[in-house]
Amino acid sequence: MHRKSLSRVAINAPYTVWMAIFVLVPIALVVYYAFTDAAGRFTLQNVASIVDYSHTFFTSLELALISTAICLVLAYPLAYAISRMHVKRQSTMIMLVMLPMWMNFLIRTYAWMTILEGNGLINRAVRALGGEGFHMINTNGAVVLGMVYNFLPYMILPIYTVLTKIEQSTIEAAQDLGANRVNIFRRVLLPMSVPGVISGITMVFVPAVSTFVISKLLGGGKTFLIGDIIENYFLGNTGTVDYNIGAALSLVLMILILISMAIMNHFDKDASAGGIM
Amino acid sequence: MKKKILSLVLAAVLALSVLSMAGCGNSGKVTLNVYNWGEYIDLSVLPEFEKETGIRVNYTTYASNEEMYAKIASGAASYDVVIPSDYMISKLIQEDMLAPLNFDNIPNARYIGEQYKGLDFDPENQYTVPYTWGTTVVIYNKSMVDPADAAAQSLDLLWNEKYSGQILMFDNPRDAFGVALSKLGYSLNSENPDEWKAAAEELKKQKPLVQAYVMDQIFDKMESGEAAIAPYYAGDALIIQDGNPDIDYYIPKEGANFFVDAMCVLKDSPHKAEAEAFINFMCKTDVAVKTAEIIGYATPHLEAVKQLDPEITGNTVVYADEAVLANTEVFLNLSPEINRLQSDLWTDIKKD
Repeated sequence: MHRKSLSRVAINAPYTVWMAIFVLVPIALVVYYAFTDAAGRFTLQNVASIVDYSHTFFTSLELALISTAICLVLAYPLAYAISRMHVKRQSTMIMLVMLPMWMNFLIRTYAWMTILEGNGLINRAVRALGGEGFHMINTNGAVVLGMVYNFLPYMILPIYTVLTKIEQSTIEAAQDLGANRVNIFRRVLLPMSVPGVISGITMVFVPAVSTFVISKLLGGGKTFLIGDIIENYFLGNTGTVDYNIGAALSLVLMILILISMAIMNHFDKDASAGGIM
Repeated sequence: MKKKILSLVLAAVLALSVLSMAGCGNSGKVTLNVYNWGEYIDLSVLPEFEKETGIRVNYTTYASNEEMYAKIASGAASYDVVIPSDYMISKLIQEDMLAPLNFDNIPNARYIGEQYKGLDFDPENQYTVPYTWGTTVVIYNKSMVDPADAAAQSLDLLWNEKYSGQILMFDNPRDAFGVALSKLGYSLNSENPDEWKAAAEELKKQKPLVQAYVMDQIFDKMESGEAAIAPYYAGDALIIQDGNPDIDYYIPKEGANFFVDAMCVLKDSPHKAEAEAFINFMCKTDVAVKTAEIIGYATPHLEAVKQLDPEITGNTVVYADEAVLANTEVFLNLSPEINRLQSDLWTDIKKD
């Protein structure tokens, strides 16, 4: 018994050290900077000053929520369709879903820039067909598109994983009991896939709410997100390097994310409790 | 058994080679860390320097003075040679981050024109050897802008509602405010908060007309005709014109920023002599000619100017003459209060 726990400690040690160095220490630093001024004295001013950025927080949350919702609507049916395919085709389809991720994130976003521009691929095609062309680049819509495109696989994969675990026989049993398609979806598939949906939402929402590259490239620097402001304070792009306000903003963002994850987990528990009953 | 001995021998060889390599880094070849703007050198000169001096160069780049400052001020990385712009140099000097140069090690600095030495950012000419110079210009696409509008050679073009959605703007506050301050007739180095606030109002007025705030993306967007008008640096205007013959540019009549980027050695560099050797190498006439040909910016190296194609040096926008330069202003380091104000105003403009 004693030996077993010792070996467990030995196995866990590298991860514990890793977590301490790369997770706990950075978070502690963020908290430290958020509550001190340039001279290292305690202050609440940084955290208080985030009120000035409430508008930007709101825009970030709004765009991230819209993107997450679109991802969910797109990903669920696709994940379901893939999960019901022949096993061999499933792996091909999943590889296709992952394929864009083999390319660098920045390059993919740059590519969207040249697709959406006024003289971009879409508009040139539309004009060649006699159309007028659209204004797409440098709008909030373009930023949402960039988020959906980049983060969609993170929604598809977890949902697909839970859906493959649902046996076809479960669905057949529901059919035997006289459930129609809507009822099968509502009372069998959906409750059983909630854990995948929750992790999908988290994995899309978190990077979407904190992104700064997508807004810079597809928003033309006119859609200013909270990630942009944090980047500016840390890199000094606005002429001022201010770790303290940058850290305060990051801290608030982290807390917002934690709150939304807590709400999500609450749903998760409810759903699994309901599932057991 | 044989296998075991072999693997032991291999392991020993490996260990020795790692050790000897580590030793090399300390005593043998020196590695010099050079930190420069992106697209701002002829990369073929670096191996030439390594061959000539035996000093290895680790070359990395940055996109803005502020990015460079954040990196060196954080202490996260150690650099030997940096090539920032004037106002950033005066900030580095004020904060005691640069080493005075020993010009005995940089004899080629004599080729640098006197008019580029001893400027406000380094009045005693102790810390810097100028690398390039130039002005900001207004770049426009002749096929998209009415010639009458461009003929005025004014900054008003950047606020002209006719071109709404076709105007690009600097995505850094110092250059963007520079344009707005010039437009209002104020100094680029104004210490009057009201003038900065007025400039911010101008930028807010301009925002609805602006297609995008960009830096390096300006090359693509101007060359492809995505945008019609943009303020940028003279040397880059030339490169954009190479990609699209419809591009033209002018130095605005209200005034422009005259900038000098210069080579400096950081105070905590452990390889000062080697860093000076690098600066000296970059000031060799043939190297300076190559550099000027590739990057398009004007060189302060007088011998190189003589040897460059007259078509390049005859360009009166890039190699602007005294009369034009009289109407330009060098960026100086702003006081911390004004710097903070600039930063807050810029965030304000961007977030609305």
